[in-house]
Amino acid sequence: APLAAVPSAYKPDEKLTPREAVTTYNNFYEFGVNKEDPSQNAGDFKPAPWSVKVEGMVGKPREFGLEELVKMPLEDRTYRMRCVEGWSMVIPWIGFPLSTILDQVEPLGSARYVSFETVVRPEEMPGQKGFFQPLPWPYIEGLRLDEARHPLTILAIGLYGETLPNQNGAPIRLVVPWKYGFKSIKSIVRISLVEQQPQTTWKNANAREYGFYSNVNPSVDHPRWSQATEQRIGEGGLFGTARRPTLPFNGYADQVASLYAGLDLKANY
Amino acid sequence: MAIIPALPRRYHNASIWALYALGLCPAAWYFYLAATGGLGFNPVKEFEHLLGIWALRFIIATLMITPLRDLAGINWLRYRRALGLIAFYYVLMHFTVYALLDLRLDLGAVGGDIARRPYITIGFACLLMLIPLAVTSNNWSIRKLATAWNRLHKLIYLIAIGGAIHYVLAVKSVTLVPFAHIALIALLLAYRPLRRPIMNWKRGNRPTTKIAQSKI
Repeated sequence: APLAAVPSAYKPDEKLTPREAVTTYNNFYEFGVNKEDPSQNAGDFKPAPWSVKVEGMVGKPREFGLEELVKMPLEDRTYRMRCVEGWSMVIPWIGFPLSTILDQVEPLGSARYVSFETVVRPEEMPGQKGFFQPLPWPYIEGLRLDEARHPLTILAIGLYGETLPNQNGAPIRLVVPWKYGFKSIKSIVRISLVEQQPQTTWKNANAREYGFYSNVNPSVDHPRWSQATEQRIGEGGLFGTARRPTLPFNGYADQVASLYAGLDLKANY
Repeated sequence: MAIIPALPRRYHNASIWALYALGLCPAAWYFYLAATGGLGFNPVKEFEHLLGIWALRFIIATLMITPLRDLAGINWLRYRRALGLIAFYYVLMHFTVYALLDLRLDLGAVGGDIARRPYITIGFACLLMLIPLAVTSNNWSIRKLATAWNRLHKLIYLIAIGGAIHYVLAVKSVTLVPFAHIALIALLLAYRPLRRPIMNWKRGNRPTTKIAQSKI
């Protein structure tokens, strides 16, 4: 369904990735591990009705219904998205800062991290049932509270002027543009404010390859491939353009590098 | 004994050439798809992965020739050279796409990958090990090397193990498709040490042999 939002200053001077690529080249293991699986297998998923519980170390824990979330101050936010696998896109999201709902629940002083959880619905998400499930469910992710409150961090409910397609994390997902894509958890049902660094799915699966921070960093290689360059999806085809250099913090260093002052980014990958 | 009716001898040569043509069809088809936008939005990676998977499939096919003959009585030994060479061509194409189309012939990056990333080191080692096998796949080499040829071509077992490890390390999580390929390789390799006892047992059960033994 069409979704209206106000323009924002977050608009890189780069060509958008075609809508078809954004909605058919996806990693969303709840619907299968191949890139085309989510768009092919997400048809039975019901993104409404929906609600997101926000709880934990907060003064006013509460549940946000979908009808409430669509009335948040929605903005157009075009961000680069860099997958840990070495490809990238430029996506016009519609969403609102995560800080908007964090402010409403009033985090306690002791809260230092935010943890997120994806819905578990094996009957609607074929990747969550059967043998050889690639990951344990629910998918969980986390951010430091200052990362979560950063103005670049949004909850997205749409892209390309419409509500989110199921394969892109309907009805509501996180978008953290300076981190590898797997941090931007999809189809969120729970947000908890916690004191300790939360568990995260890919770190639990393989801590050597996927860290808690997972900031886009061309100088820290993935153990199995270099992160120095990336393939921009939808550009070039088989013989087309060369890979482009990957930028520190995915090009958002001016805005976010200060969050990590004094932190060894090689050790805290 | 054979389940499949035997092919008349005069068609043997033609069937081997047909196998080469058929075997290279997946590569040609995926190349066509990749070049015309039919392989999705990251055609280089997709094409690269498909070539790798097909390489593994042809390695599996070469390993199946012996058990097929032993256990099912199907003698497809005449196809094994073609299957092995097709596997080599796929490995070569897999590496070429990776180096040429994926890394755009950035030899520093290719060298760095081979040196630093175990799964690429293993994959590259498999490519290198396949070269002597391909070079000595002709009749002249078979005659010339005699028993050394048999020993040399046992390298395919190491290549199959390397290929399986390369595949497991390359995927983010082992799902059904990688598991099926690796399980098949494991099974086919596990058959090798069991071959002699199985064949002895089979021979021992043959009535003629039993009579022969009872006379002793």
